[in-house]
Formats: sequence, C-alpha cells, structure tokens
Amino acid sequence: MIRAILIFNNHGKPRLSKFYEHYTEDTEQQIIRETFHLVSKRDENVCNFLEGGMLIGGSDYKLIYRHYATLYFVFCVDSSESELGILDLIQVFVETLDKCFENVCELDLIFHVDKVHNILAEMVMGGMVLETNMNEIIMQVDAQNKMEKSETFIFQSTRQDR
Amino acid sequence: MSDVVEKTLTALPSLLLSVDSQPGSAKLSTSSKLGSLIRNITELTSKHEEEKLIQRELSSIKDQVSSPNTTMRQMKELMVRAIYCEMLGYDSSFTYIHAIKLAQQGSVLEKRVGYLAVSLFLNEHHELLLLLVNTVLKDLQSTNLIEVCMALTVVSQIFPKDMIPAILPLVEEKLNHPKEIIRRKAVLALYKFHLIAPNQVQHIHNKFRKALCDKDPGVMGASLHIYLHLIQENPEGYKDLTTSFVTILKQVVGGKLPMDFNYHSVPAPWIQIQLLQILSLLGKNDPGTSEIMHEILEESLRRAEMNHNITYAILYECVKCIYTIHPKSDLLEKAAKCIGNFVLSSKINLKYLGLKALTYVVQQDPKLALQHQMTIIECLEHPDLIIKRETLEILFRITNAQNVTVIVEKMLTFLSTSEDDHTTIDLVGKVAELAKKYAPDNEWFIQTMNAVFSLGGETMQPDITNSFLKLLSEGFDSVEEDRKLKVFAVNSYVSLLEGEPEKLPQRFLQVISWVLGEFSHLQQDVGAETVVCLLDKLLHMKNSTSETKTWVLMAMTKVCEGAACAPLVQSVCETYSSSLDTVLRQRAQELQHLSRDPALRARVLPPVCTREPLEVDSSLSFLDEFVSEALAAGAAPYKPSHQRQEELAQTKAVSYEPYQLTLPISTTAHTHTPSLLSISSSLSEGSADLSHKGGSSSLKLEGVKRVWGRGGYEAAQVETPSPPQEGGDPSISHTPPLTSEDTESKQQEQQLASSMFLGLDHSSVTLMGKGDSTPSWLKRKERGQTPLNDAQTFTDPQELTDPSPLHVVSPQFPQSPVIANGTSDTEAALALACLDTNRSSTNQLEDRGLSLYLPAELSGLICSEISVLCSSESLELSACHVHKLRSLEMIVFISNSSDNAVQQIQVQLHSEQLEVSCASESQMEEVKGHSVVVRQYSLRVRKPSVHVELIGTLFHPETPQNVQFTYRLPLSSFIRPLTLSTEEYGTMWLSFSNDTKQNLTLVHSENEGPLRATLNVLTEDLHLHVVEIIGMEAIVACRLLQDQPCLMHCRVHGDALAVWLRSPVPELPDCLIYHCQRALQGH
Repeated sequence: MIRAILIFNNHGKPRLSKFYEHYTEDTEQQIIRETFHLVSKRDENVCNFLEGGMLIGGSDYKLIYRHYATLYFVFCVDSSESELGILDLIQVFVETLDKCFENVCELDLIFHVDKVHNILAEMVMGGMVLETNMNEIIMQVDAQNKMEKSETFIFQSTRQDR
Repeated sequence: MSDVVEKTLTALPSLLLSVDSQPGSAKLSTSSKLGSLIRNITELTSKHEEEKLIQRELSSIKDQVSSPNTTMRQMKELMVRAIYCEMLGYDSSFTYIHAIKLAQQGSVLEKRVGYLAVSLFLNEHHELLLLLVNTVLKDLQSTNLIEVCMALTVVSQIFPKDMIPAILPLVEEKLNHPKEIIRRKAVLALYKFHLIAPNQVQHIHNKFRKALCDKDPGVMGASLHIYLHLIQENPEGYKDLTTSFVTILKQVVGGKLPMDFNYHSVPAPWIQIQLLQILSLLGKNDPGTSEIMHEILEESLRRAEMNHNITYAILYECVKCIYTIHPKSDLLEKAAKCIGNFVLSSKINLKYLGLKALTYVVQQDPKLALQHQMTIIECLEHPDLIIKRETLEILFRITNAQNVTVIVEKMLTFLSTSEDDHTTIDLVGKVAELAKKYAPDNEWFIQTMNAVFSLGGETMQPDITNSFLKLLSEGFDSVEEDRKLKVFAVNSYVSLLEGEPEKLPQRFLQVISWVLGEFSHLQQDVGAETVVCLLDKLLHMKNSTSETKTWVLMAMTKVCEGAACAPLVQSVCETYSSSLDTVLRQRAQELQHLSRDPALRARVLPPVCTREPLEVDSSLSFLDEFVSEALAAGAAPYKPSHQRQEELAQTKAVSYEPYQLTLPISTTAHTHTPSLLSISSSLSEGSADLSHKGGSSSLKLEGVKRVWGRGGYEAAQVETPSPPQEGGDPSISHTPPLTSEDTESKQQEQQLASSMFLGLDHSSVTLMGKGDSTPSWLKRKERGQTPLNDAQTFTDPQELTDPSPLHVVSPQFPQSPVIANGTSDTEAALALACLDTNRSSTNQLEDRGLSLYLPAELSGLICSEISVLCSSESLELSACHVHKLRSLEMIVFISNSSDNAVQQIQVQLHSEQLEVSCASESQMEEVKGHSVVVRQYSLRVRKPSVHVELIGTLFHPETPQNVQFTYRLPLSSFIRPLTLSTEEYGTMWLSFSNDTKQNLTLVHSENEGPLRATLNVLTEDLHLHVVEIIGMEAIVACRLLQDQPCLMHCRVHGDALAVWLRSPVPELPDCLIYHCQRALQGH
C-alpha cells in the first residue's frame, strides 16, 4: 500500500502532500521534513530507493523518489509494493501532469493544488493504485473539468465499449 | 443531532444567495489572492516572517468563510487557500466545517474541492465526519456519474467505521454498475472497508470473486488488491483460485488484454506484478499448488526480456516468486541467472534490486553469493549508502564462525560513517548478535562489543546491554576461561577510562561501571583505589546523567576496600548524600555505611569466591521486632503501595506526588530513621527483587541481578559445552585489513573475498558443520532459533527439489459438524442429536479407521473430521475435536506404520488463544509397531477470535528435527447453548457492555416464517439457545466455554435480520457475528 505521496522542491518547501494513513498534523510536517532531509542529500547517480525513515514506519517501509528539475516526487510505500513499479508510476504521474498543464513547472503545482490532487485521485485511491494509463487518467480529469462549462455533460470513457 | 445540523446547512444557501444578489457585495478576486500570497511567501527570508504572513492570511480566510456574503464559488477559492496553508503546516481547523458544507451544497466542481478539502483535512476518527455521511449517501445515489465517483473516492479515503453499514448496500450495488470506472472504484472502496472493519463485509466475499471475473480487466486489476490482502491473511482459504490466477496471468502475458493496458508495450505490467505476488503467497510451502504455476513463471521469465524498467519490475517479482514457492531446479537456475543480470547491471536501481534479491535467496542458496562475491565486494565500497547497507545485509546472512571477523569489521566501518539513526540501531543489533553467536575468542568479543557500545550510543536497543552483562556474569564453565574473559574486560575498560571517558555514551559508561564493580578484584594489577579514582572521574564529568552516577556509586560500593580509598569515598558520600535525586542519595548512604563497616560489607557483598547462594527472606521477618516496637511507639501501620494510591486518590486535596518516588525504599515504614538496619534491609531486598531496587525505574539491571539473584552466584550452574575455540581458522588471522584507500588492487579484493565467503562453497558445507559442532561461543543459547546456525540451510538447489521427507499439512475446518437440536441440555441429548443427523462425520471417521481409537466416553458425541496433522518417517499424527457439553476435547492420534516400536515420542501443544490441558500425565509415549496411541487434551478459550489456532511440536528421538504442525478450529466449536429465563436475560443484557450490531440475511423457508427459519439455521449450526420469540423479535443466548455468556437480540427489519449482540467479553460479539454470517451463507 502507498502510505503517502509527497512533492517538495529543492529547498524542502512542500508542494503537495497526501497521506493515506492518519498522522497528526505535527507528525505529517515532521515526515515531510525528514523525508526531504533524507532525499536531498543523495547524489544524482545513486539509486532511487531509500529505506527506513523512522517516522513513516521503520524498516517495513521504503521511500521511492524521483527528482525532476526543481521538484522531488516521493512515494512512501510499504514492503508489498514493487519498487520499480512505483518508480514508473511516478513517471506516469509526471507525464500526466505534463500533459494536463502543458509543460508542467513548479508554479503549476502551486497555483493548481486542487487540480493536481484530482489527477492524483484518479491514479491512486485510498493508497491503492487505481489507474496507470495516462490517457485514461486525462480522460477522467477532463470529463470532470468539462462539468464547469456544461451542465448537460455526457460521461465518456475510451473503455466504454468493453 | 446530525439531522438538525444537516437542516441548518441546507437552509443556508438560500440565505447566502439572497445576500449575494444584492448589489454592492464586493467581488473578491481570490485567485489573484492566492497568487499574491504565494508571491509574498517566496519573497520572505525568515521562517518567522512566513508565520506572521500566514497567520494574517488565515485570519482573513476566517473572516470570509464565516461571512454570509461569501458565495460557494468564493468558498471554493478560500478552500484552496486553506489547503495551501494547511500543507505548510498551519492549523486551519475553522475551515473544516465549511469544507463539509461545500461538499454538500456546491455545484459539481465546488463539491469536488469540498471533498478534496475534507479528505485532506480530516481523519477517520474526526467527529465532523459524521456530517459528511448524508452527503455521501446522496451522492452515491446521484444520477451524475461524476458525483458517484467523487463519493466513492472520498469513501475509500476516509469514512467513519461505525457508519459503514449505512452506505454498504449502495456501494455493493455499484459493483453491478454498467460503467467500469464505477465498478472499479466500488471494488477499492469495499477493500477499504475490509481493511478497517473486516467483519462488516464478510458476506460480500462472493462479490469479490465476481469482480475478479469481471469482463473489464481494470475491475479485475482492482480486485487483485483485495485478494493479495486476503491471501496474505489466509493462504489456505484461496488455494482453489490458483488456477484462475494462473489463467489470468497467462492471458495478460500473452497480450490478450486491450492495447490501452500496455505500458511501453509491456502488457499490463502492474497487474502482472500483483498476480506474481499473489502466486508466490499461494505456492509457498505447497508443492501441489506450485506445480500449477511453474509453466507460467517460466513463460513470464522468457517474455520479459525487453530493456525497460518495468520489465525488470516483473522479472524481479518473478524471481522472488520462484524462490518463494516450492522449488523446481531448472526454474531456480533461470532465476539465478536473472539475479545475476540484476547484480551486474550498470543501472544502479537494478543493482540495488539484485542485491535485495540476493539477500532474499542467499539463505536457500549461498552458492549464489559466492558467484557474485566480487560484485559484492565492489558494492561494499560503493558511494551509495543504501547499496552499501543492502550489501551488509547479505553479508549478515552469510556470516558463519569462519568469516565473522571480516564481516563484523566491515559493518563497524560502515557504522562509524552512518548518520541515520534507524540504520545505526539496526546494524548495531546485528553486530551484537553476530558477536554473541560466532565470536572466535575473548579479546575479539570484548573489543567488538566495545565498538558496539561506543557506536550505538544512547539509541541502542536496551536488550543488547542486558544480554551482554548477562553473558559476562554467567561466563563459562571452565574457571580459567571465565577468569580470562572477565580480566580482559576489566583491563580494556580501565584503559578506556584512563583515556577519554567523556566521549563514551552513557549506556557504555554504565556497563563499564558495572563490570568494574563486579570483576575488578579479579585483576590483581589494578588496585581498588585506582578503580575508585577512575570511577570518581565519571562522577565529575559534566555530561554524566544521574542514572550513570547511580551505576557508578553502586560500583564504588562493591569495590571500595582498604584505607587508600577512604578519603575519596568519604568526599563522594558527602557530595551525594545531599543530592536532590533520592536514588543517588540512597546509593551514597549505602556507600558511606558499607565503606565504614567492613564486617557488614563482607556480609552484604561477600567476595566472589566465598559467595554462597543467598537465602533471601522476602518476608523481612528479621524486622518484625523493630516494626512491633515502632508500632507500639505510635507509628502508623504499613499499607501496601496500591492501597496508599487508592487512599491518595480519595483524598484529592493534597498532591503527594513527590513522595511516591521514595515509596519502594520505605517498605519497612521507617525511613524517617535511617538506621543501619534499614539500609541493609533495603539492600538485601533490592538484591532479592530488582523491581524494588532503589525504586528507580530507570535502573535497568537485568544483567546485574543475575549474579546476585536467588540462586546466588549463578555461574556455578552454567554449563558451557566447551571452552572457546582459540584462534579459529588460521586463514583469518592473516587476512589483510582492507583499507579504503584508492589502491584498488584486485589481489586485495580477492583476498578479502576469500576470507569473507569462507565456508560458503559447497565443499566446505561439511567443514562448516564441524565448525558448528565445536561451538565457539555460547552456541546453546541460539540453537534452533537461527537458521544460519543450521548447516541444513546450506543445501544446494538440487537438494531442495527433492520432496522433503517431513511433510507438514495444516488442516482447516471450514464447517463444523452440525446437530439438529441445539437447545438440548444434557450430553446425552447432544449425543442423540448427533446420531439423528446424517451429517455427522462418523462415516468419515470409519474411513480412516482411527475413530475406533476414540476414547469410549466420547463415542456418540459430535466429532469433527479426523485430519492428518503431520507425518515424520513412519509416524503420522492425526487429530479431531469432540464437542462435550462442558468442554472441547482434542484427540490426537499417533500412529506408527512401521514394524518397530518408536519410543520417547513427545507431543507439545501451545496456543496464545487457548488453554490446553492434557488428560494423561506422562509426557513421553511409546508407540508400538502398527499401533495407535491416543492423547486427549481439553481446550478452553483464553482469547476469543474468529478462528483459533494451536501450534504443536512433535519431538521424535529418531529424527534430528522436530516437526511443527498447526491445528485450526473455528470459535463456533466452543459455543454451547445457555439456558436462561427471559427475566434473567433482561438483567444480564443490561450488565454487559460490549456490543455489536449487524444486519444478517434472512433465510426463507416454505414451512416457517423467515425469523424461525433463520433461527433454526443458527441454532443448528452454532448451538444457540432460543430464549423466547415474541412476534418479529427473538432473544437468543449462548455461552463460550467455560462460562462466558453472549446474548443476542434479533428483529426482522425489512429484508434483513437486525441482530444486536452483547457480552462481557469484548471480542466475542464480533466473532459470533462472523460465524452467524458463515452459517447463513451456507444455506
């Protein structure tokens, strides 16, 4: 299961934090700080996995992260998740963001926190991977965005016919 | 209450609208507000300024959300700003209620932000969440699919556990929804319910199966989450699905799924990964099931050969699966090759996973580590700490008596550079474990432990120090060896203290003081005054905690001897007798008195050689005279501490807190006169029972106590099989100390490898065995617990494929036997009932021929199927359970199929959940050739749970290994009818506090009404007693053996039976509900 998804920039400023398990407000902030501390001191040419942050649950948990320009994308997962699988999930997530925001940058994440959360909700639901196909995710998000414009909206999906 | 709030909330928008429509209400351009907020934040330089800015922002948000002029649209913007502030760690709890309001009243888009804010702000236990239930209910029923989706998403994120029954039917209904995305989300929502309240979704397991067979692969994929979890909990229950999972995997691998499931032209990789995880759980220790999946695993390995990250993810899962399930040699070979590809890969992520895979398999197949030894050595010097750590993990698993020095040295080098607490704690524990297990000699052991204590610091697990002290005090059998070890320890500590004790962690200082106190007299070269001087130095150190000082004072008490120490001791006593810390003061007093009176000291702390087993008078009878005198003089009588606590609680007026610390010392009720007697008594008491010692909870002296314990100096009773093997293997001694210098001479690495992987290659397996049989270090303590110790672990894959001679089956009883009339009251009636039903399992008993051996007094009672527990050579163990009215009897049959008698067979059963008592007294049994011995055990429930499990061990003198087996039985076997009158039921109902409510499906029958029909099923299956039926309601009672009642109230409510259970046992109602559901499912 995915325990938390964190995005922060090179200075440790959180840009998105989503916890799938309950922690107190203070613990959440501590987790973000500790995770940043762990991730930021790693070089570029080392592996994308980290083990055993104390706060998020000790040795049974691992951090899987990717670094893109100014942002770190960190997934905290338990031992049942596949490391490489999650690593590619992050890739899918970022590609999806890129498509939705057309050349996504840090500012997009700041000004559209809600949109990013919505995209994430189509990928990961309650800590479980829901959808991994980029087109399908964009389809769902777009469908919701169109609601803004027209009330008489017809629900669509590429997979409708199956 | 929630209704009222709901109404007020619905009334609000009309108000808001009316105000908003008035001209002049200021339009706030909030999006630019968020922009300016962020701009402002980025311009700030200090944390303090940011705090001020956000506080200002929050107060402005607060004004606006509570203002009636704010439209829902503006509210949405405000929420986004609040989310931002909350993410930065500032409390915006005043917006929570508005978030709920927004979710309830906004248009779809605003609702989405509302739901988002709710799921980010609140947690499952937040009280405001109750207000959301109605909104979710409404949205689940909405015709707008987006609203349904949003509701399902929020449900899977946070939903109050108690309210699940309210929305469960709606979510279940969604499983049949025409849109796949809705079905998919519903499956995940139900999975979430299963995680937080498994009992509530017990009845929809069939629907999960339907989801698995869904025509849309997405829904199937979602249901895999559930199955992965369910199978993890209970692999036995889902073996029948193995073929289905294999078929699905075949289809996925074969590319039968629609194209849009492909990722980088790999078909549905995430689904493949999950399926492989499921298969490895199913095939674990099960040759039959493993057989089914061999073909597809091979196919997966073959297909996944493209060079993309995600194919490696599949390969890795495949390899893990192959090594988890029952082994097959050619698959293992391929998997090993695959691991090689990982380890040798230039991509660092793959290398890491390769190492992880090696760690996983190295115990089964140590040769693999040998193959990659050069890579492992390289990885040890890798710049990435994570890679290094994983490498050490592999080394830890292949450590044996021959390579321990090299490996521990590597670990210590790593530790000295590690900054991460978690890693340090973990590794320190591992080093300590290895040192204890494989230490080649005394010096090495002490030095390694010194390093452990210095590096481990304060974060170390406390049991490391404790077990070290225990080890040291118990020592060896051989007096000479024992002395050598202790003298060496003393010498090394004296030199450490002469160096720079300031740099040592407190925990280490405590160990040092204890050892010096106990054993410094063994070393003649170091005089008592030197030791006291060194210890005194510790007292003066600035960073010494009072806990350390206590240890030091105690050590001084043991050491101070002769006139030379007197002045120093005197000054120490003076300093600490007035200390504010009562424990320290106590120790100082002891020190003072004992140092002045050598005779008393000799009696209290006798020198080791003359130390007799201490006779501890725990009743302190020698004080009787003193107490009676004190009482006669008007002193208050002694009250035990708990009684005093109670009285304190009653008279709340004054706080007595500070005095509590001294309570354990004053057990003799005369601390106000600190006479010599009182001190000696508290001393002797202290040595008798550690928990009283000085009353300080901070003193963890488990190790200390051993020597001073009831049995006196315990070293005398310790049996160590042989003195430690000096020197170990000669090849270790000239191992070059590997320097991390950049002279990367291959030769050096080779040499390191040869010393590190010593004892791993096939030819040396026997050698290893020999090494183990001369246990170098206190081996007896670890035997049987550490697989590494066992030469058998080091089998090569060829051997693994042979079916192991010990075949263990754990039986399961999905259905308990049934009787027709559960209300019967006597055992005879029960027996009759049993004979009445043709569902009784007597027939099956006959088949096995074992039923003949059932004890006579049990014949005719309800009996479960006899199942095979385990077999070992010619012996076979079978068991069944028999329902007696007052107990549940477990019958174990030990049958011997060979011609020869087998002697000294021992069967031991234990369980956390059950109390097991054996009818016969003898532990050992002799089973003659071709005969059966029956043992009978009575079982009683200690801790109820849905299924209870017994773990048993068969000790068999002729095979070296003990055979383990488990026996699982449903809690319903322990349920018996409880006959009550309605009045009794009424009074009992009110007195029980633990209750559960649940809706059950009704059973419909032609002859009777649904209530009666349902009750009949329940009473039949679960042996309940129907107390009374009044119209559409019924009251039912039962008891869990022995006498733990559970009452049940049933009412027909629409299409369901609403049951309400109460019991004094907290777990019982939930378990019973489960069995009721199961019983009704069967009909």
